[in-house]
Amino acid sequence: MKQVFRNIDKYYAGSVELVPEEPEDMWHAYNLVAVGDTLRSTTIRKVQTESATGSVSVNKVRTTLCIQVETIDFDTQGCVLRVKGRNIQENQYVKMGAYHTLDLELNRKFALGKHEWDSVALDRIDMACDPTQHADLAAVIMQEGLAHVCLITPNMTLLRAKIETTIPRKRKGMCAQHDKGLTKFYDQIIQAVLRHVNFDIVKCVLIASPGFVKDQFAEYMFTMAVKMDWKILTDNKSKFVLVHSSSGFKHSLKDNKSKFVLVHSSSGFKHSLKEVLQDPSLAPKLADTKALTEVKALDEFYQMLMNDADRASYGVKHVEKAVDLQAVEILLISDELFRAQDVQKRKRYIKIVDGVKENGGEVRIFSSLHVSGEQLGQLSGVAAILRFPIHDDDDDSEEEG
Amino acid sequence: MKHIKRSCNIMNEIIPFDFTTPSPDDIVRSKQKAAFTRTAFATAPPTVILKVPPKGRQSSKSPEKTINSNDQATNSQLNSDKSESLQKSQTLSNNVKTSLNIDSDKGRIVASNSEDSNLRTGKSDLKTDSGVLTVKSDSKVDTLKLESKTDSFLTPKKDPSLGAIPRSASKAKLLLDPAKMKEEYDKRLAEKDQLNMVVIGHVDAGKSTLMGHLLYQLGEINQRIMHKYEQESKKLGKGSFAFAWVLDETEEERARGVTMDIAQSRFETPKKVITLLDAPGHKDFIPNMITGTAQADVAILVVNATKGEFETGFELGGQTREHAILARSLGVTQLIVAVNKMDTIDWLETRYNDITKKLGQFLKQVGYKENDISFIPCSGLSGVNLTGRIPEPKLESWYKGSTLEEQIDKFKVVTRSIDKPFRLCVGDIFKGMGSGFSVTGRIVTGSVQPGDRLLVLPSGDSVAVKGLAINDVSYPCAFAGDHVTVTITGMDMNNIHVGSMLCDPTSPLKSATRIKAKIVLFNVEIPITKGFMVVFHYQSITEPAVIKRLNSQLNKSTGEVIKNKPKCLVKNMSAVVELEFDRPICLELYKDYKDLGRFMLRYSGHTIAAGLVEEVLKSKSKTDEGVSSSG
Ligand SMILES: Nc1nc2c(ncn2[C@@H]2O[C@H](COP(=O)(O)OP(=O)(O)OP(=O)(O)O)[C@@H](O)[C@H]2O)c(=O)[nH]1
Ligand SMILES: [Mg+2]
Repeated sequence: MKQVFRNIDKYYAGSVELVPEEPEDMWHAYNLVAVGDTLRSTTIRKVQTESATGSVSVNKVRTTLCIQVETIDFDTQGCVLRVKGRNIQENQYVKMGAYHTLDLELNRKFALGKHEWDSVALDRIDMACDPTQHADLAAVIMQEGLAHVCLITPNMTLLRAKIETTIPRKRKGMCAQHDKGLTKFYDQIIQAVLRHVNFDIVKCVLIASPGFVKDQFAEYMFTMAVKMDWKILTDNKSKFVLVHSSSGFKHSLKDNKSKFVLVHSSSGFKHSLKEVLQDPSLAPKLADTKALTEVKALDEFYQMLMNDADRASYGVKHVEKAVDLQAVEILLISDELFRAQDVQKRKRYIKIVDGVKENGGEVRIFSSLHVSGEQLGQLSGVAAILRFPIHDDDDDSEEEG
Repeated sequence: MKHIKRSCNIMNEIIPFDFTTPSPDDIVRSKQKAAFTRTAFATAPPTVILKVPPKGRQSSKSPEKTINSNDQATNSQLNSDKSESLQKSQTLSNNVKTSLNIDSDKGRIVASNSEDSNLRTGKSDLKTDSGVLTVKSDSKVDTLKLESKTDSFLTPKKDPSLGAIPRSASKAKLLLDPAKMKEEYDKRLAEKDQLNMVVIGHVDAGKSTLMGHLLYQLGEINQRIMHKYEQESKKLGKGSFAFAWVLDETEEERARGVTMDIAQSRFETPKKVITLLDAPGHKDFIPNMITGTAQADVAILVVNATKGEFETGFELGGQTREHAILARSLGVTQLIVAVNKMDTIDWLETRYNDITKKLGQFLKQVGYKENDISFIPCSGLSGVNLTGRIPEPKLESWYKGSTLEEQIDKFKVVTRSIDKPFRLCVGDIFKGMGSGFSVTGRIVTGSVQPGDRLLVLPSGDSVAVKGLAINDVSYPCAFAGDHVTVTITGMDMNNIHVGSMLCDPTSPLKSATRIKAKIVLFNVEIPITKGFMVVFHYQSITEPAVIKRLNSQLNKSTGEVIKNKPKCLVKNMSAVVELEFDRPICLELYKDYKDLGRFMLRYSGHTIAAGLVEEVLKSKSKTDEGVSSSG
């Protein structure tokens, strides 16, 4: 994201002009735009014109509109942000108060105006405009009969394909159907990899599975790649890494990375894959991904809960209480909470964040699109590791997520 | 596609979807279905609204259900249509026998569901059938079954309702009536006892070798094949695995010398017919081991007596431990411990005693009764003390007990629920010869015979049973406890999955997206909180699930509530929790069907808890909130 212009006054009102440069920026924008904000951007509008003779024609015109935001939609499949609202600025084509939907586009600037820019939103802009961190990964998480093909960017884990097939099991004296089912399954995964992994961007592809499925698959894939002359796979062979996982479900992405057990060479890998595993540059490449740091933070929280339950707390009320007591050392909070409709609710979360920062605590904002963020979301969206124990009296009547 | 939506007014008032009227999708689907179903009608009948009294209670307010049919008013017309098409289908197919069956069986069911019997009196088939559909007051099932209904109406040969009203007995004679079934079952009882036995234990304990060799000694494997295995395994440099090859049949398993999935086989002892399930020991394949164990009555736990190896399997994180606990939690009560590879420790009595003492203590702790555990020293590789064919003076000098075969013969008989509604959990699906396709699995309750109509869940298809085979031998009927291959017709093979259920159409399983369950935590390393994402293992299903709520922590021995809404659960605690699934899972409550009410929870490659289903809180649709938990 590029910031073109910023004008925010001392009361934190004002506007910022930004240019999204990659799909990830749409996610940032999605987290910035709130109901009630004003958004200005160029857009295409269908306009009816009536000529002197009375004939009506419909034209598409490009114009700049400014709307007051009413609904916000994010489509993870295409990374499209769609914002709907009423026009609030005189325009030659569009009446005041008429509805319009702005689709934010890559490389087209938009201006966002807020009555009150909070610290979380401002931090988000800084993060979005920080050019350093960029390690895009792809991951194939699989087990026999089930595979997830995901893309992992700093702030998003996007499921690109889910393959689920029934593979006939081995039966006494008859394994042919099993083998056939397995190759068919692998073929489908290869198709998904070819279709969804952009090797220009992706630095490495993790292939993870329990048992030997990953090895078998990788072997099959590269055999096929040579046979079919899929240059894109053979050329990028060095980008593939085999990882151990406990299951083929998407959420086991989490334990992959926390453990990151590279499979031992004794089980018969392809040579080139061994080279990848030995490549020391891979570890740091993965280490700075936001997904990984989030996983670690959540792990720390659970460790604390295990060892000293009174020094770990979750749920808005409990965390608020801890903030009041200046007890929060690390705050884990899902960005989902700041997208709350209700302004009061949003303010409540912002207050928690600001409170923690004031007292020298650390704030980790999780992306709700990552698996760890998903889990934090299930855990009420906010959790904290405390400096000193606080006993929660169990009166809690918090509502369900 | 994941879609995140936010808006100022829409979110606040979610308009619940009205499931009582057909959605555009439903209509399109039913039309499509009609188009693709071979039917006696020239054109698909119009979609109409049929009124059905709700939930089996007499009530004037009835929810409206769509059934792709002629107008309800023209009942007689409908019936004649039906019988006409029925005749056609009879001439068209050789499936005559399917149309009518279990008359008296149905009668029995009607009687037991007296609540809805008012629906069934002398009205049209269709209506009667719909009445049955609502009995469960489980709208998920309703919707599913409405689809199946549609289907079955269009192809009348599939209509399960036809059996509901006694008609010409001539057609029924092709099927056995319950009395005959009972007779058939008694005949079965008079023969050898049937038992399902799973073989479990730490990786490389020698399970497959032991069982392969036992099968060989019992004459189940012919010498020519055994010789071939010896030659071929030697060629791969895996000569010691020759006996394991009897059960490890895939290329991958043989190449790696590791069992990956359950292998099924069968042998007989003087008093028993054993269905053998050889489980993988590697911890990555525990999901498969769970699937196998869920189908077993009894187990053999194989431990490796070799110095240091027994210890590895037995220490924390070893599968001797984990498998023993899993088997107990999955309902296995009788256990033989085969202390294997005794040849590697020179048949030392002291070592044997040491192992049996340690294991005995542990097994008791885990909940096995002392009388139900036995220990056998043996060697799977050399074949000593399997059937008593190979003498070993070093063992005989101190051991006077049974051989493995003798001990297996001593397993106690288990009782089967053959009188409950039919249920089979699909473990495998494959294309056989001839029409339709085959599924395999263990019949959990009830009985089945060719010609029966069954309901497939969760797809909702109605299928006809074409044939039954047990160990590749075809049978006229099969009962609870049998591992059967069922050949079915009437649905697309792609709509049935491992974990799907076949059941009695008049008494389907519960469908759930959220359940309340009692769980017992194992020795877990991290605390369990709400929001925990786990893998739910149930019969042959593995599905992701989220622990949505920690309701209460229980006293382990008394079951009393110690604390409501605990902050987290740690190792060895017992608790009531709520679990939510992404898509509906068909299951039963523990109190109704013990075997179908048990499940396991795993996280990150570890088994963290065993659970019992206490209540179904939500099935798929929102309209039927708070589904009754009654059986
Ligand atoms: N010396 C000796 N070796 C044995 C004995 N039983 C099995 N083995 C060896 O142990 C190794 C593993 O045997 P398997 O039968 O594959 O073990 P398993 O328990 O089935 O292994 P998984 O199914 O992969 O868990 C093989 O090399 C066998 O030859 C025995 O009684 N004595
Ligand atoms: Mg084995």
